[in-house]
Amino acid sequence: MSEAVRGVVMAHADLAAGLVGAVRAIAGHDGGLAGLSNTGCDRAALARRLEDAAGDGPVLVFTDLAGGSCAAVAAAVARGRPAMRVVSGVNLGMLLDFVFHREEPLDAAAARAVASGRDAVREVGG
Amino acid sequence: MSVALYRIDDRLIHGQVVVGWGQPLGLGFVALVDEAVRASEWEQELYRMGVPASVEVRFLGVDEAVAEVGAWEADPRTGIVLTGDIATMAALCAGAPAVRRVNVGGIHYRPGRTERLRFIFLSDEEAAALRALAARGVAVEAQDVPTAAPVPLEAFA
Repeated sequence: MSEAVRGVVMAHADLAAGLVGAVRAIAGHDGGLAGLSNTGCDRAALARRLEDAAGDGPVLVFTDLAGGSCAAVAAAVARGRPAMRVVSGVNLGMLLDFVFHREEPLDAAAARAVASGRDAVREVGG
Repeated sequence: MSVALYRIDDRLIHGQVVVGWGQPLGLGFVALVDEAVRASEWEQELYRMGVPASVEVRFLGVDEAVAEVGAWEADPRTGIVLTGDIATMAALCAGAPAVRRVNVGGIHYRPGRTERLRFIFLSDEEAAALRALAARGVAVEAQDVPTAAPVPLEAFA
């Protein structure tokens, strides 16, 4: 079994804390997810915030907006860390799936996050 | 339409630029003036990542940007010219007198800087550099997103 992947949610304003709180409310636990905001940070400060939260093991970073500062900084940090992968477009469905599948290898966890996040977006009703 | 914004923003190309300004402006091009990014292909890929395909993204050094300002001002598309710091924007203004207005969009905390506005932290030297820019006839104001009221230089530097 692989070492459990740590999840870090990094997003604009209060979004990450809100998403982690929603995971906790629905799943009954947050699966060790850390929530980071980019508020008040330039790129260097945001990179430090991520490094502090990431720890030493495998890490999957969930960012909100592809092309936003969170995704850009996370991708830059991940260049120097083979055990860090980054996805964008984080949503609640993606995170809920992740916290129950943290034992998967990091590459599989990243691919799974992209798939589950896409699958969570659909037109409902009508 | 020419250049809508000459912007200082230490996050460079990010959500506020692409979405916050880009959507209402109908953005056609972004020019990022930054020597480090100009020299780094992977960083350029990173900054292209979230920009719609309809928006041209260019990466330039200061000298290259100075030579382009005239063309940008005559461009039928709407553009944003970005620098990550005050010194780079000051150098662009010095080389290109056509730059008459500078937007300070985001300069975040570092040791030695104090908070001037929620999204602007400046050292005394940086504040003086902005005042020097204004003294050369460039209108300097702070505004992070277009829905916020612009703040005149006197209120933050």
